[in-house]
Amino acid sequence: MNISELKKTANQVRKDIVTATFYAKAGHPGGSLSSAEIFTYLYSEEMNIGPAKTDDPDRDRFVLSKGHTCPGLYGIMAELGYFDREELKTFRHVGARLQGHPSMRNLPGIDMSTGSLGQGISCAVGMALAAKITGKTYRVYTLLGDGEIEEGQVWEAAMFAGAKKLDNLCVIVDNNNLQIDGPIDEVNSPYPIDKKFEAFNFHVINVADGHDFAQLAAAFAEARTIKGQPTAIICKTIKGKGVSFMENNAGWHGKAPNAEEYKIAMADLERIGEAL
Amino acid sequence: MSEVKKIATREGYGEALVELGAEYPNIVVLDADLAGSTKSGMFKKAYPDRFYNCGIAEGNMMSIAAGLAAAGMIPFASSFAMFAVGRAYEQIRNSIGYPRLNVKIGASHGGISVGEDGASHQCIEDISLMRSIPGMVVMCPADYVEAKACVRAAVKYDGPVYMRFGRAPVPVVFPEDYKFEIGKGNVLREGKDVSIITNGLCVAASLEAAEMLAKDGIDAEVINMCTVKPLDEELVVKTAAKTGKVVTAEEHSIIGGLGSAVAECLAEKCPTKLYRIGIRDVFGESGPMNELLHKYLLDGEGVYKQVKAFVEG
Repeated sequence: MNISELKKTANQVRKDIVTATFYAKAGHPGGSLSSAEIFTYLYSEEMNIGPAKTDDPDRDRFVLSKGHTCPGLYGIMAELGYFDREELKTFRHVGARLQGHPSMRNLPGIDMSTGSLGQGISCAVGMALAAKITGKTYRVYTLLGDGEIEEGQVWEAAMFAGAKKLDNLCVIVDNNNLQIDGPIDEVNSPYPIDKKFEAFNFHVINVADGHDFAQLAAAFAEARTIKGQPTAIICKTIKGKGVSFMENNAGWHGKAPNAEEYKIAMADLERIGEAL
Repeated sequence: MSEVKKIATREGYGEALVELGAEYPNIVVLDADLAGSTKSGMFKKAYPDRFYNCGIAEGNMMSIAAGLAAAGMIPFASSFAMFAVGRAYEQIRNSIGYPRLNVKIGASHGGISVGEDGASHQCIEDISLMRSIPGMVVMCPADYVEAKACVRAAVKYDGPVYMRFGRAPVPVVFPEDYKFEIGKGNVLREGKDVSIITNGLCVAASLEAAEMLAKDGIDAEVINMCTVKPLDEELVVKTAAKTGKVVTAEEHSIIGGLGSAVAECLAEKCPTKLYRIGIRDVFGESGPMNELLHKYLLDGEGVYKQVKAFVEG
């Protein structure tokens, strides 16, 4: 693992997020930016996955349960060569493969169509169960938002995964503390998140800084050692991370930058990149 | 028809799953704590390592089925029609329908023949809801034989399928060697005065009604339309052109089900006088099945009276 390279990749993913939402004049930059290191670590280091094996039955699976943050997923996929980076500019356009929420029938490499919150984790559970039934050793990763876990289905899925001891399932919660209508603990607090997953028989790992690759690496390594129960990795993050005016601002959950904001955002990310 | 053998269509579902489980090692059956009632429990007994009880959580069950299908399995998700479709509609729409995943939904206890449990458990909207999802195949078999044939056809078909089964024993209409094809209706009785297009338990009722109509000099054609989607439009148009009067009969709301599918087809392709027999925009209620079917005019006599009034009116 080359942390310096990973940091550069995450910064590129952030530029891709800003670019895709700018050209779409729509999309969800805030929660995409908070997950940039998670996307980067999963696709660059953790998962057995890649553009040459999108149909490989033995590949690891990734389900973006918080599907609205697909600009970040598309960013890392472009980085890894699933498609040309220019295609990011077609995001959310008519006829595009890069749909507003991930569509497995439109874009090779998307393991599940998502967008309706709470469903992706259940689909990931189904994939993990399929591996157990067929004796395959692939792992299944799914990324949820902290607002998303207000959906009851998340806990139905957690109950099943815990009860069936799906230790090939790794649930990641991006805990950026903001949802559309404001701070999650003001809207309808899902806290304590870790204790809830523990109560559903998960092994829980708290990551104090979800933008720190060393902490992410340690968490995913620990998850691999856990047998007999699924793992939940709760990552504290900053919504809008990397773009000065978007950081910790719920207003940037689902809004695209205009031309002037796009310039500022890209300049912010250029400065961060130069410092790396 | 008291001498006729009666078996519930859900029995056909359970038996077909057991038979197909031997042929298809990638069939997985899910239920939501109703395995005894939906008859998925028969599969559980035969293949305990390929049966998973999801507990009382239908939405999660449907999305798990989607994940299983995405990983190459052929999942059957079972519950009562009310909860499979009503509770989990959006999971079926977004996790299964939108990605066009190879999930089979086996819903038992459709319609008012659920009986004593009453309106909360009598789903009369499932066909309507499932029909509106792009790409979803929707079937409502008439008897035990057709139910088994539906399940077999569903496994061979690559894509999402909704199958509605009933709780109550219903007359066996079809011979054991019945050849079933998704999207094809069949003429059970030729006639020239009126066409009754029907499915589910209304098939036996419609055949009974046709005998009663014959005594009044009305020659009814009876068509079994198990597949509501894709609809056999060719057969609908053909029979409408032949008799000039069409009645649909189903154990479902007249809004959105077989009646609506036939109405849409005829309005566009062969405008014909039409009457829809079904639940007329009301909820069901508790009661013994036969009394309910009588009250809501879905037994042989109820179908007879309505067809006669339509033809003579």
